[in-house]
Amino acid sequence: MKVSLLTKQLARSCFLLMLLSPILRAAEIPVIAAASNIKFALEEISTAFHQETGKTLHISYSSSGNLTRQIQQGGPFELFLSANAQYVVQLYQQHKTLDRGQVFALGRLALLTHIGSGLILDEQLNGLKQAQQSGQLQRIAIANPEHAPFGIAAREILQKQQLWDTILPHLILAENAAQATQFASSGAAQVGLVSYSLALAPTLKNRVRYLLIPDALHQPLQQTAVLLNNAGDTAKLFFHYLLQEKSRGILSRHGYTLP
Amino acid sequence: MDWQALALSVKLSFVTLLFLLPIGILLGRWLAYRQFWGKSLLQTLLALPLVLPPTVLGYYLLVAFSPNQGLGLWLVNTFGTTLIFNFQGLVFASIIFNLPFAIHPMQRAFAAIPREIREAAACCGMRPSLVLWKIELPLAWSGIISAMVICFAHTLGEFGIVLMVGGNIPAETQTIAIAIYDRVQSFDDHAAAIMSFSLLLFSMLTISFTYWLSARSERTHD
Repeated sequence: MKVSLLTKQLARSCFLLMLLSPILRAAEIPVIAAASNIKFALEEISTAFHQETGKTLHISYSSSGNLTRQIQQGGPFELFLSANAQYVVQLYQQHKTLDRGQVFALGRLALLTHIGSGLILDEQLNGLKQAQQSGQLQRIAIANPEHAPFGIAAREILQKQQLWDTILPHLILAENAAQATQFASSGAAQVGLVSYSLALAPTLKNRVRYLLIPDALHQPLQQTAVLLNNAGDTAKLFFHYLLQEKSRGILSRHGYTLP
Repeated sequence: MDWQALALSVKLSFVTLLFLLPIGILLGRWLAYRQFWGKSLLQTLLALPLVLPPTVLGYYLLVAFSPNQGLGLWLVNTFGTTLIFNFQGLVFASIIFNLPFAIHPMQRAFAAIPREIREAAACCGMRPSLVLWKIELPLAWSGIISAMVICFAHTLGEFGIVLMVGGNIPAETQTIAIAIYDRVQSFDDHAAAIMSFSLLLFSMLTISFTYWLSARSERTHD
């Protein structure tokens, strides 16, 4: 009696699981690996893409270096949007991509602070210097330069302004560009040297102050799209969509310079 | 609320339980009743996930199942897939990091059954499988249930290993815990707050349920 009851319950839960699986796993939807700085622009582009083609994308955000490692280890991605060209070259040389990819935008950086902070924002980072000298600088967030291109650029800027060594004890290294922005925008860090496109995020409006950093202060951040070996039709379609006028318009509105 | 991530987490937890239930019962019972050479070593290995940093386990899983070498390469050549950056990989990782949470309570529950009862059943000519089914499981059930509840909640909340071996792939490996992290990084505090609060409530329910269960079983034993 008891046995049959248990078997019945087991069968029922298995059946439920089977019912759920097709909803939970849609193999036809390509997964895109994208650098976190492009989050808000990409959400808008993929929404437009969905409206025009009816096709959906899954997007996995992280730092470009982290995503490169995942791709090397067989991550199921079909398209990679890297925040610099070097990672794509590396993957191309390891025969993980269809070609050398295409630069679709240039990333910029911004100095960003919580709206309530009294920090002076200026292009030469003099406000930062003064705060450091007067002992008022607490924490400054940047993406981790070990694996995040925006972190590399932030380090370059700080080095060029002779600030790197003195500011080192104040640094908070974030996992990726988005986390660096989150640290600075929430006030957890006093200030951040972050992606300009994220500083423009609609949800941060009225919560932060920011200042665009001149692009002469760092190597160009070539946002590079590349199709990976297992790219299907939808991923290829989206790759071309990304290079079209409409996408370029969205990218430009999100603070990217266009190539 | 990210329903897709929640559904994925619940599915992961149930599939993990499906594996852990028989593993826990068999291993827990075995460890409770038998003495054998290497038992303490086995128990040490099974308890390791309790103290091992999740990143260490994550690192070894990444190395072991990397499709570029060794076991991972063999899996890809044989089955066409390996156990990282997909749902199956999360299931495998969940089973590993839940082993002590499944086995310990069950082992204790089986060990608490008086030896005379089992011997009496055997003397009466009951087959071992029938003893397990009719005598041992009914006496050990509260330990088994609480082990399952803890494993379920633990799987729902695991973060480090899931992020390392799963990546953060929507609909495939983005569990509710990862979705919260993802929402925070999208400056979406509202969604993060709702999901965090739901998990907080759920965790409290889980813990009170297991306390209630153990209090109840103590009463019945007295």
